[in-house]
Formats: sequence, structure tokens, C-alpha cells
Amino acid sequence: MTGETNMNDLAGSGPGGPLGSDALTGLTIAAMRDGLRARNFSAHELAEAHIAAVEAARVLNAFIVETPGHARAAAAAADAALASGTAGPLAGIPLGIKDLFATVGVQTTAASKILEGFVPQYESTVTAKLFGDGAGMLGKLNMDQFAMGSSNETSAFGNVVSPWRAGGSNRPLVPGGSSGGSAAAVSARLVAGATGTDTGGSIRQPAAFTGISGIKPTYGRCSRWGVVAFASSLDQAGPMARDVRDCAILLQSMSGFDPKDSTSLDVAVPDFEAALTGDMRGKRVGVPREYRLDGMDAGVAAAWDQGLAWLKDAGAEIVDVSLPHTKYALPAYYIIAPAEASSNLARYDGVRYGLRVAPDGGSLDAMYEATRAAGFGPEVKRRIMVGTYVLSAGFYDAYYQQAQKVRTLIARDFAAVWDQCDVLLTPTAPSAAFAAGDKADPLEMYLNDVFTVPSSLAGLPAMSVPSGLSATGLPLGLQVIGRPLDEAGVLNAGFALERAAGFTARPDRWW
Amino acid sequence: MSVDAAIVTRIAHLARIRLSEGEVLPLAGELNAIIGWIEQLGEVDTTGVEPMTAVIPNLLRWRDDVVTDGAVRDKVLANAPAAEMGFFAVPKVID
Repeated sequence: MTGETNMNDLAGSGPGGPLGSDALTGLTIAAMRDGLRARNFSAHELAEAHIAAVEAARVLNAFIVETPGHARAAAAAADAALASGTAGPLAGIPLGIKDLFATVGVQTTAASKILEGFVPQYESTVTAKLFGDGAGMLGKLNMDQFAMGSSNETSAFGNVVSPWRAGGSNRPLVPGGSSGGSAAAVSARLVAGATGTDTGGSIRQPAAFTGISGIKPTYGRCSRWGVVAFASSLDQAGPMARDVRDCAILLQSMSGFDPKDSTSLDVAVPDFEAALTGDMRGKRVGVPREYRLDGMDAGVAAAWDQGLAWLKDAGAEIVDVSLPHTKYALPAYYIIAPAEASSNLARYDGVRYGLRVAPDGGSLDAMYEATRAAGFGPEVKRRIMVGTYVLSAGFYDAYYQQAQKVRTLIARDFAAVWDQCDVLLTPTAPSAAFAAGDKADPLEMYLNDVFTVPSSLAGLPAMSVPSGLSATGLPLGLQVIGRPLDEAGVLNAGFALERAAGFTARPDRWW
Repeated sequence: MSVDAAIVTRIAHLARIRLSEGEVLPLAGELNAIIGWIEQLGEVDTTGVEPMTAVIPNLLRWRDDVVTDGAVRDKVLANAPAAEMGFFAVPKVID
């Protein structure tokens, strides 16, 4: 492991000599922002360093499409804006964009063959905001197909390989999912930060697996307009970055009311970065006893206890709380999410966009069936089938309706604990990253979401922060869950954890 | 409730996904495992509990009844697998 590059390392490090590529790509977004304004380097140099890093890391398969032209154009605009004093808050920051966000003129596939070649004619609200603030795009990031997966093994464009390896092993590990390309790219220092989306843990779990930070904001905080839909009552966009401050900076840009999304919340967006004091005095941190699973991984349990001790040292009071319906969150999720997906993905019919497979002389129905059979991957088909089944006549009440009632009970559990605490602290995932192919059984894969799904069902803001390394040298993450719309409180608790953890580990470069 | 080959075939048709014969039985096994697992929800007493409709309270907003876009036909058709004379083209649906 090597330490995080900081401003003091700039001179003379990296293959390019002073301001070499490693020196620039190792900076946080906050340090890039400050360095650009101080004219220590230009946005052009920053973009070129990242473009080179992306090209050198193709073995990770983190990108579906690289867009160096977009990054260069944004850098040129940023350098001009910096010179004239009109630079936006993200001027010249090179980002990766999950391939779930519609980007005008750039192929957007949700990592599915059914959308191969689809070139949006419009920009998603979230990417429009980031680019409007001056950020550039290095490319579209690989992911689990339609965001269905926890290991990035369901992409039609191949697995993403984690930049991390267990100590003494060359075995390829998964970066987590579904935002696995985002996690790998941020962790490997290919991009300064990335967009992710989170339906049941798709920002938090890959962040934990790759030693970075990521926040899923409150449902409705970021517009879903232009984000390929998976399960609309759960999907939320959020940032993934190397530290909590960078998450706050990106979330600031991504958040805000959007009349084009009927579930967008018309509420003020606080200054997230200003909330980062690390002071937890007067705050109560809840420990949900139902998350203490039988047979829990010893390293994960120890990291959790350590996190609680850190927050106590930062002034917080630790309180035991109960979320009694926790064990039913996963089965409820695996009814609700596939049900919504089966409805949302009905739009892929071979008529308006994407793949069309039309058997000779076949009917319209034959075209639908052949198109969807060829275009969707196995996990997507599986979930559409489960969703169709639970919504079908005779089963709707027993499955879907019951799951939505259980969802109400899960949301009530959380609402009740906010009388006793301000945030909750839990592990992000039940283990460190596993190897590709290790979880071939779909059900076993679903269980990896055990700690992230409940807060998704309740629409709450939640983030993962790296806390340390496992016995085999792999990152472990801790999850902070907060009240509705209290991203500032979640980020600040994450910031307190980050300061105490002093996590500087990064993957050794083998690619 | 056990998911058999006939049910898988029916669901696949409802979902408009063609399955090869070799896909049906493995899918039946996987769906049985998943459905069997989610059936534990039946043990939760939900008497008098309203199903969740909006996870964060939010009102559907009104907007002025005015045209806000349009004249984007070519953009709408830009990604069509087949478009003719300004329309989406599909296989014949009426004899």
C-alpha cells in the first residue's frame, strides 16, 4: 500500500516529472479545485493526466465508452473561465459517469445489449448540473446490467475488475455493484469522482469494496430525469469519490429540485461542505441490534466496534436501538424492485430505440419476444420474470401488496428510532470484496445487500466510508444512515469517521 | 406455491421474453428458490397497515396547462431501429 498523494508530493513525483500524471490523479477534488485556482496546474494538464490514466487501465474494464474529447473541451473551457474569474465550482474536474445517465451524443446502454448503440438526444439533469458547474466527462462507466447486481458480473460489456487484490493473491476480485465501474475508476485514480446510482446499495457496497466514499441521498434529493429506470420508487443518484469532502462537493452540484421529475423534492439544498466539522458532540449514534447477525464476519464486527469507538471519541453518545422488521427488508426488496423493473423495462420493445430482432414474417409479438430474449442478460430476465410473477393475477395481494405493507413497517421502524438517535452506524456489507464467480447462486448474491437495502426501502440518506482493511488487506466500509433530508448530518458523521480512521490505503498498481 | 415449467412459460409470455426449451427448467428452479425465500413475508402481521405509496411525503404538483416542448420529431426518431416517413416502422399488425 502506498499513501495518498498530497500537495507536498507534487514536485518531482510521477513518470512525467514535476506535475506528472500520478501526482495529479492522486489529488482529491478539493485539492484539484484549490490547485487550479492557485494556478499550480491547468485544467488541461489535469485532463491529460486522467485521460492517460484511463487509457493505461483498460484491463480493469471500468469504462464502456471513453470520452477524452468531452474532458478536453471541459478543460479548455475551465482554463478560460479560471483566467477570467468566471469558473464554476467544478471547473476542470474530470469525472466518470455511470452508464445509466443519459448523456447527449454519447452512447448510453445501462450495460445492456438491448441499448447498444443508443445515443441520447438529451442530457440527464444530474449530468447537466455537473457539466454546468464546469466538470468534464472522461467516459461512461461500466456497471451491472440495468443496475441489477452486486458484483459487476452482469454487464453485457464484461466484468469490471477491482484494482484491489487480496494480500499475496493475484485472483481478480469484484469491485461490487451495481456502480462497479464507478468504484473501480475512483479507487484506481482514473477519475476524480464519479456518479453512481443506488437502488438497494449500488453506491454504498461498491464504495466499501474499493476503499472509497459514496453517498445515496434522500429519495428525491437528486433528479431521476434522464437516469435509466430500474425500480423507480428506490432509484437515487449520488456521488462516489475518494473522501467525504469530495462527496459533499459533488452532491452539492447534483442535488436540487427538478420539475421534470415528479418525485423530485422542492426543498432547499444546504451547504454540505460547510457542515463538515467532524464534531459529534451532542449527537447520538444508534446501533441497530438486528444488524448484529449470527456468524458475522469477525473483521466486519471489529470494524463496526472500532467505528463506534471513534464516534464516541468525537463526542457522540452511543445508544442501542431496535429496527424489528430488518430481516424482512431483503425479501420485500426482492419483490418490490423486480416488480417495478418488470414494468419499467417493458419499454424495451424493439420499436423506438435499441435492439430489434424481427424474425422473418413474424408478428409484432414475435418481434417483442425475440428482441427481449436477445437483448436482456440472464439476471435481467430473471428479475423481470420474478416481477411479472408477483404482479400477475392471483398473486398481487400475497406478494406485491404484502411487500409494500412490510415496506411501511420498515419505514416506521426507522421513523421510531429518530427519537433516540441522530444517525445510525452499521457495516456497509457483510464481507470484504469476493472473487468473480464466487457467488454463482442468485439468492446468495442478493444476501450481500442485507445492510444497505433497509434504508433504501425507507428512502433515507446513507453513506459508506472506508474504515480500514480486512485481515487479507481488503477495504471494509462503515455505513452511516440518517434522517430524511439530513445528508449534512450523514456526511459529518462520515467525516468524523474518516478523520479517526486515517484511511490512506490504495490499491498497488498492477495494471 | 411451486413454479413449474408451465408457469415459467406463461410468465415468459406475459413478459414477452422468448425462452428456449433448455432455459425453462433452470429458470423454474431459480424462481422457486427466490419465490420460496420471499414467501417468509407471509409471516409478518400487516393487519391494518397501509401499503407504502410514497417513501418521502411529496405532493404531486400542478403545472400550467401549456405546451412546453415539441417540434422534436427527428430527435424522437433518431434511435429508432426502423423509421419511415416520420414514423416508427414495425412488422405488419393488421391483415
